[in-house]
Amino acid sequence: MARVFSKKRIIFWASVALSFVLLPLVFDGGFSLSMLSQMGIAIIFVLSYNMLLGQTGLLSFGHAVYFGLGAFVTAHIVNFIDQGSFWFPITFVPIVGGITGLLFALVLGFVTTRRAGTPFAMISLGIAEMVAASALMFTTFFGGEGGIVTNRTAGGVVAGISYGPQIQVFYLIAGWCLISMMGMYAITRTPLGRLANAVRDNPERVKFIGYNPVRVRWLMMTLSGFFAGVAGALATINYEIITAEALGLMASGNVVLMAFIGGINHFWGPIIGAVLVTLLQSALSTYTQAWLLYFGLFFLIIILYSPGGIANILAMHAPVIKARLFKSLASSYLIIFLASVPLIVGTIAVIEILYRGGAILGMSSLVSWSSSLVLIVVGLVVFRFAQRRVKSVWASLDLELRKRGFV
Amino acid sequence: MEFFLVTLLNSLSYGLLLFMLSSGLTLIFSMMGVLNFAHASFYMLGAYFAYQIGAYTGFWIALFLAPLVVGVIGAFTERFGLRAVHRFGHVAELLFTFGLAYVIEEVVHLVWGRAPVNYRIPETLDFTLFTLFTTQYPAYRAFMMLVSVVMLITLYLLLTRTRVGLIVQASLTHPSMVEALGHNVPRVFMFVFAGGCALAGLAGVLGGNMFITEPGMAFAVGSIVFVVVVFGGMGSLVGAFIASLIIGAIQTFSVALNLSLLDFLNLFGLSISEDSFWYSGLSITISQTAPVLPYLLMVLMLIIRPRGLMGNRET
Repeated sequence: MARVFSKKRIIFWASVALSFVLLPLVFDGGFSLSMLSQMGIAIIFVLSYNMLLGQTGLLSFGHAVYFGLGAFVTAHIVNFIDQGSFWFPITFVPIVGGITGLLFALVLGFVTTRRAGTPFAMISLGIAEMVAASALMFTTFFGGEGGIVTNRTAGGVVAGISYGPQIQVFYLIAGWCLISMMGMYAITRTPLGRLANAVRDNPERVKFIGYNPVRVRWLMMTLSGFFAGVAGALATINYEIITAEALGLMASGNVVLMAFIGGINHFWGPIIGAVLVTLLQSALSTYTQAWLLYFGLFFLIIILYSPGGIANILAMHAPVIKARLFKSLASSYLIIFLASVPLIVGTIAVIEILYRGGAILGMSSLVSWSSSLVLIVVGLVVFRFAQRRVKSVWASLDLELRKRGFV
Repeated sequence: MEFFLVTLLNSLSYGLLLFMLSSGLTLIFSMMGVLNFAHASFYMLGAYFAYQIGAYTGFWIALFLAPLVVGVIGAFTERFGLRAVHRFGHVAELLFTFGLAYVIEEVVHLVWGRAPVNYRIPETLDFTLFTLFTTQYPAYRAFMMLVSVVMLITLYLLLTRTRVGLIVQASLTHPSMVEALGHNVPRVFMFVFAGGCALAGLAGVLGGNMFITEPGMAFAVGSIVFVVVVFGGMGSLVGAFIASLIIGAIQTFSVALNLSLLDFLNLFGLSISEDSFWYSGLSITISQTAPVLPYLLMVLMLIIRPRGLMGNRET
């Protein structure tokens, strides 16, 4: 077994930390800074979610509950600090959010984790609905439609940090993101983390060797609630407002999409998903009303063609590149790319025609309809052909890699 | 007494509608082990199709056509979507239907807009059937109940009395044996999926004009249907039936009751001033808690009896 602080690992985490420090210096606009902050929060949240889905095999549709509750309690704590009821450094406020998430996950997890698989998914959805519905009932705590407004500078200036400027908030998020990433990675290496994997793969055998799968699921749920709460607290500090939407079904669904698009079978996969989805959401939503539709279609395509997510696609190619065989794939990838262009353009055209009612780019509606449909059909035909080609190339590549011992 | 009877009738019609949805979901689940997250989306599609088709042909033809169209869409979903992701396991299947629900909702936004559409009760059914004490009971509600009951009896007879039902039931429990006897089990699955979706579509045709036809209706009903299925026990049709009626009754009654704990305390001569700490908590009326009650019931059921009313021991 490798030592906990091996040289390689220290170098790795140090470079992650360094990149966090350097990122806002490279992307220093106001928009990119707030986007980076958003990504940091999303990364913590989605990694905490993957503790359930990827590592324990629990498909939860209500993870935003812990995020949201952590955020609301944090908002109230910050307001108490603001009123001078007591003093607590804002830097460590995320711990409060984390503990809130942990406690709620402990209580709710007791009910939900008794079942696994599909029943768990439905139950988590039901719990999420329940919490979301009660959020509109208890308006003093959740603030009703308007939400709770806070002031992130409530803690005053400590060591020159007031959390007024966004850059300071970004570094706070980055710091917590790094700590949470390390913490969650460490958990995967503990006996509990290994047991969680075993519970995911074969709960019956886990029972046979004398562990209680329900308890393992419960524990993982509780720990994951902690990190979700941390993310929620950071969101409160970042936005200075929190509404009941944060614990609703949309938020829960969003994290499922992020984790799955990134890839749930690798620890790093969800991070790719978080970054990409955050980027897509803010980029697409400025251009088109239909961005949610594109987003949903993208998700369906990932599930149909690469259920391991983007991380799996990358991991699949690592041995190929190592064996210097990528050239053989390049030509068929080029065809796929060329086929997808008309397919994607045609699909986008149809969707935008529907949204804008009839015509786009100054063409008459008949021309725009027929040209986009032709694009789709041509794209589909070529795509089918290219798909088959890629499949056969991969089959022969697989053999070759096995022969050479790369797989 | 009047209030009780009328609300009971309303809850019965709503409960039957819920069962039409949950029966399709249960059939699909017990057959393929797939929880169809998009089930309520098919319900929504049923309502919108009925609205659109009805605009050209009138309600009666739409009543038959809309579920049919939804069923065909369901068949395509199974054949080209679910069957393809089947090899990746149940989680992928579940997520596929989840993504589909997303996409269907957005497509509905795209085609019909975000505002509710004007899908109305047909004029031939827009009259008062009878007057109970002072309340007028609409004929459409009775019609809804009639269609649901006829549909369910047909479904029951189809499943238990015919050769088709025999093959479906056998494919549920012994798929490989049925396959060995020369039946195309994947095709059976496809038809069951399509049938379940058509049932949901029919529920949409009936419920869409009774309640409201808008893009949010799928998510609103979807989670209630899940509660019904968990409460009744996953995969049990009888359980789903009982649970539908119970949940339907709870939802209908709780919305109508404007009582709070405060009133209860007043009954005993206790009064609590408005500036008391407990006031805001105690003054919440039953009707305000209505959206939470079904979920609370589900949680209670899970604590007392994790497998639901009639469910199998473990899955």
